[in-house]
Amino acid sequence: MFSFSSHAPPAKGNRGRRPKRLGTIAQYLILTLMTVLMAGPLLWQLSLSLKSSGESLYERPPRLLPEHPTWHNFVAVLDRIPVPHYFLNSLLVAGMAVIGNVVGATCAGYALGKLRFRGRGVATAVFVAALLVPGEIVLISQFLLVRNAGLANTLVGVVLPTIVAALNVLLMRNAFASLPAEFDEAAIVDGANVWQRFIRVSLPQVKGVITVVAIFSFIGSWNDFLWPLIVLSDESNYTLTVGLNRLRGTFYSDPRLVAAGTIIALIPIVAFFAILQRYFFRGLEEGGLKG
Amino acid sequence: MTLTAQRTETPRRTGRSARRVRHGLATHRWPLAPWLFLLPALAAVVLMVLLPFVNTLGISFTDATLLRGGQFVGWENFRQMFADERFSTALLNSTLYTLCVVPFMVVLPLILATLVSRAERLAGFFRTTMYLPVIMSPVVVGLIWTNMLDQRGLVNEVLGTLHAVTEPVPFLSDRWLLLFSAMFVTIWTGLGYYMIVYLAALVNIDRSLYDAAAVDGAGVVRTFLSITVPGVRSTMALISVLSSVAAFRVFGEIYVLTGGTGGVGGGDITMTMLIQREGTGLQARTGYASAISVFMFVIVGGMLLVQLIMQRKQRTS
Repeated sequence: MFSFSSHAPPAKGNRGRRPKRLGTIAQYLILTLMTVLMAGPLLWQLSLSLKSSGESLYERPPRLLPEHPTWHNFVAVLDRIPVPHYFLNSLLVAGMAVIGNVVGATCAGYALGKLRFRGRGVATAVFVAALLVPGEIVLISQFLLVRNAGLANTLVGVVLPTIVAALNVLLMRNAFASLPAEFDEAAIVDGANVWQRFIRVSLPQVKGVITVVAIFSFIGSWNDFLWPLIVLSDESNYTLTVGLNRLRGTFYSDPRLVAAGTIIALIPIVAFFAILQRYFFRGLEEGGLKG
Repeated sequence: MTLTAQRTETPRRTGRSARRVRHGLATHRWPLAPWLFLLPALAAVVLMVLLPFVNTLGISFTDATLLRGGQFVGWENFRQMFADERFSTALLNSTLYTLCVVPFMVVLPLILATLVSRAERLAGFFRTTMYLPVIMSPVVVGLIWTNMLDQRGLVNEVLGTLHAVTEPVPFLSDRWLLLFSAMFVTIWTGLGYYMIVYLAALVNIDRSLYDAAAVDGAGVVRTFLSITVPGVRSTMALISVLSSVAAFRVFGEIYVLTGGTGGVGGGDITMTMLIQREGTGLQARTGYASAISVFMFVIVGGMLLVQLIMQRKQRTS
């Protein structure tokens, strides 16, 4: 078989084969290259963070594996920046954002998707309108509002603008609206009231979308930078992103410490991602951009 | 982002009687019930988004500062804005950012998605690796690339090792190089996100088209151009709008890469950064910053409106 195909001139039926194999090689070559480009910088940070201060960072060619791995850089970062404290602040803000979005968007989405009432169109339009207003545009006014409410420099002030995102409301509305009406009608005939139907009939059917809303609220809040940067003025109230930004100034001279800081920040979010991975992708595909 | 207003949730029944039957089955007894369900979300959105929006419009016509209300000054802020050199720099940078980043965001993730979708067993691995930067905070991404692109960072060391350059490339200090570096970082972060979007769209392409192309002996490139691309055309349009909006609003990457300074002499400042600078701090000129916000809204809101209209059209056609 093999000798036949290598010696004989390419037969007509065989034509598609070689380009295909070449194509496969090219395919994996490109994908591997991309993987290196995406994961490489992260690995390099990990390597930097483990290098001891005696080790030169500027060898040519650069060396990926540290000669004498050390935890020293991590200890040094934790010493100078209260990372656990910032971490807790971020967790509090993200927790509030998740609860607010899940409860607020689910309830509102149910009303818009399942109930018939006068004014439903107007209410939907309000959320669509809110979707058209990007955060930066209302930044200053939001700050004035939060400040006048005495909430500047507080964690509640950080979470307020995203406590219920219009996008999530519309996401939940679509989820509820796409449920078959039969269960609901049967429950109505059985005399179940709105609240009972919401909790027992509809809610269990949209659990997947609720998970997606929860995850993306968490990530969005955890990674937010611009708003907390504006609202928080006391270092003790910083969230992790704002706190980490100090790495750029404080440790600029030592890449090892900056690297250690980024690794510390990355561990929880990567773990979170690893555990909930399938929801991420399902969320993007489902909620996602089906158009 | 896109799931906005899907109009037709229930298949329309024909005839009046059918509709009357549906109406006969009231969904709730107490007329205020739906509004109770809506209350938290409606309050949040009206208070935190729509009211601030109206307020922004209002104070953009005043000379308000952070500490005092301000007087009505008509179009004065806007006149100042167009004469302000920093404004033209920011507008130029944000526009350039959009023009350069968007083509990459539309094309590269599609190629990657095509390759990943055919990677069979390894598809999950590639998908995960490329998605990883998406979930990272712009601050962390910025710090990582600050380390990478520094005068003595890995990129310069590798270039030096390869003798590609004789002296370190000033990625983080030259005005234009810094802007392009930030663009690269934005693309690096966004690739995985748009790739996932494309992966979802690729599933909907009829497989038999690919089989037919294979029978006809069409090559990889030909198949990609005449089957894949037309098959995801609407997704491409969507991504071009979404990534334009995102690119025009860029903040985190530039902020961290420039160490919050906006580059040497503020040469790398972007629209969002200008709003942040003008509108916060003790010297804040909130009226002026609001005028810039209004200008930005016209551009970004316009792009989003185009997207909404496009989606409506697709659904009806």
